[in-house]
Amino acid sequence: MNELFGNIFNFEWPMAVMWAIGAILIYLAIKKDMEPALLLPMGFGAILVNLPLSGAITQVFTTGTEEGPLTALFDAGIANELFPLLLFIGIGAMIDFTPLLSNPKMFLFGAAAQFGIFFTLSAACLFGFDLKDAASIAIIGAADGPTSIFVSTYFGSKYMGAIAVAAYSYMALVPIVQPPVIRAITTKKERLIRMPYAQKEVSKTTKILFPIIITVIAGLIAPKSVALVGFLMFGNLIRECGVLKNLSETAQNALANLITILLGITIATKMQWETFLTFETLMIMGLGLVAFIFDTVGGVMFAKFMNLFSKTKVNPMVGACGISAFPMSARVINKMGLKEDPQNFLLMHAVGANVSGQIASVIAGGLILNLVSARL
Amino acid sequence: MNIQAFLDSLPIMGWGMLGIFIVIGVMMVFVLLFSKLFPVKNDKETK
Repeated sequence: MNELFGNIFNFEWPMAVMWAIGAILIYLAIKKDMEPALLLPMGFGAILVNLPLSGAITQVFTTGTEEGPLTALFDAGIANELFPLLLFIGIGAMIDFTPLLSNPKMFLFGAAAQFGIFFTLSAACLFGFDLKDAASIAIIGAADGPTSIFVSTYFGSKYMGAIAVAAYSYMALVPIVQPPVIRAITTKKERLIRMPYAQKEVSKTTKILFPIIITVIAGLIAPKSVALVGFLMFGNLIRECGVLKNLSETAQNALANLITILLGITIATKMQWETFLTFETLMIMGLGLVAFIFDTVGGVMFAKFMNLFSKTKVNPMVGACGISAFPMSARVINKMGLKEDPQNFLLMHAVGANVSGQIASVIAGGLILNLVSARL
Repeated sequence: MNIQAFLDSLPIMGWGMLGIFIVIGVMMVFVLLFSKLFPVKNDKETK
């Protein structure tokens, strides 16, 4: 009997807590539609790796080591940063940069709304995290799961599981996190500012040159960002070149879906109870929220600052879209604008700022890698 | 609370924000240049 059921005695109560956390993630994915493509595999993975002597992850016995498939996948696809990068090809192929290219002013909001990342880095240092972990936690503010995983892998952070959960959870919570912050720091008059949109066409040459030149600029100034930016822009070049329709569709659908499945369940290897059920995980959740809040503040305040000098006023809410979290943030801001004034259509401006945030968050990740590595 | 670590990290915040505005600013300039150099009217296959 002991041979059949002996493993049950290896059960420890924190495993049940992780099962509950896994169940909550699955519930949020299915019932609340919160980033289901990532939270569901992560939730299931959290249960899978927290079973006693789980064969899904590598186990060390006195008789030797048994390698688990999830650990093998982690080593093959995440430890070397491959999965996040491959996913970026798909994301690049999905993004249409036309709203940004037709209104380049929106670029600035992408930059401003990365403030939360750098603010959170300092806050994490204040709370006692070492610089590498603080940088990994701060990048939750990129509102971009693959970038968070990429940076935390690069620094070998032991909090990767908590960081991934925080990043994807807060991305899904943008409609809850951003509106109260925006309302708190803007006046009704500011929220009512109308931004007429005149559609400007963008030449195909510009659309093709854009991903190439962005890669070169990012590579020259922030070399550690070039893998992230390069893969994102490679995907976009496939989309815009016009002669690789099949590849573009594959990158947007098959490749992105396949990597998403593997990424979600593989990241769960870092959700073993021994490392996940700690006070630090709670702090990481709190700091992730701080990052999202200060990203929003950075974008909105920069828009207000621009309005001091600009003849054409910008609705400060649009600045908040620089947070990335594409396209959720743009939708939220458009909805807020329509709620204030049913004739105030901010969507195209918001999308411009939002795709700028997508680029800026990746560059911010690269800058963090450069700046922090230089201090280690 | 590690005040010294916080103070040590502040230059990263400063350089980081400066860096991101420089990179994004250069990108913005190139996009503005492209719109002048490659206007839609000279492009046979436009969107």
